Amino acid sequence: MADADRKDTQEQAEFRAYCRDWLTNNKPGQPPVRIPLGALELSDPAALQWLQVWQKSAFDAGLVGCDYPVEAGGGGRNNCQTIANQEMQRAKTPFFPNIIGLGMAAPTVLFHAQEDTKNALLPRLFSGEDIWCQGFSEPGAGSDLANQQTFAEKRGDSWVINGHKVWTSLAHFANWMILLCRTDKADKYNGLSYFVVPIQTAIGKGVTVRPLIKLTGETGFNEVIFEDLVVEDKYRLDAVGAGWKVAMTTLSHERGAGQLVTPSAGGMTQDNTKGANTSSPSALIELAKTSYRNGKTAADDPLLRDEIIKIMIRQEAFRQNQRRALVPALIDHPMRIPLQNKLIGTEFNQDLAEIAYDIQGAASSLYLNDENAPGGGEWQLAYMNSFGVTIAAGANEVQRNILGERVLGMPKSK
Amino acid sequence: MIEQPKNFGFGEDETMLRDSAKKFFSDHCSADKLHRQVAGNPDIHRNIECIWDKGLWQQITELGWTAACVPEAAGGIGMPLVAALALAEEAGRAAFPSPLISTFNTTFVLRECNSAAANDVLAEIAGGKPMSLAITNQQGSWEPTDTDVSIDKGQLNGTAWFVQDARKAEGLVVSARSAAGVGLYYVAADAAGVAIAADGIIDLTRDQAHISFTGVTAVEVAAPGAGDVALAYALPAIQAVIAADMVGAGEWLLQTTVEYANTRVQFDRPLGFFQAVKHPLVNVMLDIDRAKSLAYSAACAIDSDPERQEWANTVKLAHMAKANASDMAVFASSRAVQFHGGIGFTWECYVHLFFKRQMHNQMLFGDARYHRAILADMLIGQAA
Repeated sequence: MADADRKDTQEQAEFRAYCRDWLTNNKPGQPPVRIPLGALELSDPAALQWLQVWQKSAFDAGLVGCDYPVEAGGGGRNNCQTIANQEMQRAKTPFFPNIIGLGMAAPTVLFHAQEDTKNALLPRLFSGEDIWCQGFSEPGAGSDLANQQTFAEKRGDSWVINGHKVWTSLAHFANWMILLCRTDKADKYNGLSYFVVPIQTAIGKGVTVRPLIKLTGETGFNEVIFEDLVVEDKYRLDAVGAGWKVAMTTLSHERGAGQLVTPSAGGMTQDNTKGANTSSPSALIELAKTSYRNGKTAADDPLLRDEIIKIMIRQEAFRQNQRRALVPALIDHPMRIPLQNKLIGTEFNQDLAEIAYDIQGAASSLYLNDENAPGGGEWQLAYMNSFGVTIAAGANEVQRNILGERVLGMPKSK
Repeated sequence: MIEQPKNFGFGEDETMLRDSAKKFFSDHCSADKLHRQVAGNPDIHRNIECIWDKGLWQQITELGWTAACVPEAAGGIGMPLVAALALAEEAGRAAFPSPLISTFNTTFVLRECNSAAANDVLAEIAGGKPMSLAITNQQGSWEPTDTDVSIDKGQLNGTAWFVQDARKAEGLVVSARSAAGVGLYYVAADAAGVAIAADGIIDLTRDQAHISFTGVTAVEVAAPGAGDVALAYALPAIQAVIAADMVGAGEWLLQTTVEYANTRVQFDRPLGFFQAVKHPLVNVMLDIDRAKSLAYSAACAIDSDPERQEWANTVKLAHMAKANASDMAVFASSRAVQFHGGIGFTWECYVHLFFKRQMHNQMLFGDARYHRAILADMLIGQAA
């Protein structure tokens, strides 16, 4: 996103120049293995390791956690993460593997953890040395998140956790989990508490992680079972019974509506795939110019041209929405645009990849295991994977309820 | 790359102007009053009327609205285009029957003429004189080079079509062709040889006409060959300001429908409880926000780049704004009627005033498909 044309503060301008310079010399080269579309699709340990090296180098250079306090491993800057993100996008770097840590765990830990816990956990989170996962969803608690059944029972100074989490991305690699669970069965919302849990060291000792296979055929997310796992009280976030409030901090950041900008890199295309960047309309146009449907160049099809332009308009509008969200005089409700972001972003990617299907015509039947697949079959994979995010983090149907209720003031649909 | 202000250039002055417009419309232009004013006669075969409140026009000219975007050198206030957008947005929210948008559009064209004659007309606009553009042919072409009017020996002949607010305007800027190309000409609306034939239109908040010129003596404001260029330079501002009108009207439709959905009870629940109603209204909101962000970004791009160094980007943003706003206008209107149910289908429900204004707006200066076709040629390349 070409945000570099907006005026920076002096601190931002200096930091931007620093980032650009550092990235010129330190941006990773081509990876030795196939890197998937995003961190949530990571299944190859070699890919993870390569990405962890990149995240650590970016953290050591000060490009990760820029706006977090220094004592928590951050850079102590003002509104500079967005600058680092823009420059990393501009440099087309790889993405960061610790996406749940950066986007959800870090702000939650910062705002709600005890001081020692905070300072112990955040530096290794930012560096990517620790990978984090999120233990929210359960078999009976998807869109109805507060219906948590995983139970934490206080025994002495510790907590004993029993329960079952599902759709847990990255749990197979994760050292830590942010965990929402029940501490009081009598009160649906006020009976929830929030913990950070060291899961990797407890595998086989109260924690079982089993892979779930996605409809794409990839692994990447899991079910996690807790059987009498003992967790120290210092890993409780905020008060007992305040779990729902803490979870809202996580969710507002997950949905792009939080106080802190998530460190985010990306934009890399790979020479060792056929180079499809499946989140970019310009890549879609390239695909249309080189694809045939019904024997004719897809880019000449007037109906497809219209679809491509519609989605480009949505992309530009999203960009300009982010800009307008910061201008109080031009917004009616402070959360009106931030609460739209998850919905708009995920549906944008889904619809973009769906157009790619139509562009490819008969060749849209081909997948990653076919050498003739346009763009390496990545568009088809992206389309299928897009449902992960239109469902996760509060299905988009729930997002529309939230917008209708909190922003438009309509009655609750429950 | 041109540096643009992060706030779209929408500063304190623009906010004050907009807030005063909000107050003006809430004081003087309730939907209830508007309905009594313009919807007195539902007869499909009614006489074609031109209903507006000249007293209110007098007031808004005294508030400086017509002068806002006239350059200081021509006697105006010289505010940025985003100020006009804010006024258009509020006017749309009130479905205000007035020649405000037409006068803005005429202002934008005259600003591109760079002639003493054009500046004289701009000074009259700053003084409060309502104006309109007579630049469209019978086939409804939005291309600056198309006109059914000719100019020969200083006299206009031919007919301009789809002229907005024609019977409210006191002056017209006419595009006319001669052997040397398309020029722009100013005529008083009551000049000899000007015949205004009112169109029977659906929108009750506007008037429209086709205007015949028979040997009309006119003042040249842009020379032959320069007129279509001036029009082309003004089009992004015109598209953005109409988009802003649609954003305002769309927001009225949204909020009014939300209010109705919160109070109307069926199956023992307010309509808004049902996601079949709630979710499409959220989609209307998403669409309004897209259109608003695009319109202000287009206006800011125009304001930030007087030398037109990044003109292609400006043109792109304006096409996007008008395309998105046109689709939004149709969607917001249709959902408002549908979710008002039986009452929404009646003349007595105010929704139809906004519905009809939106359907008129979405077409003006090109509908969504028109703009997307242009964008496709710009961004994808010409089709084989």
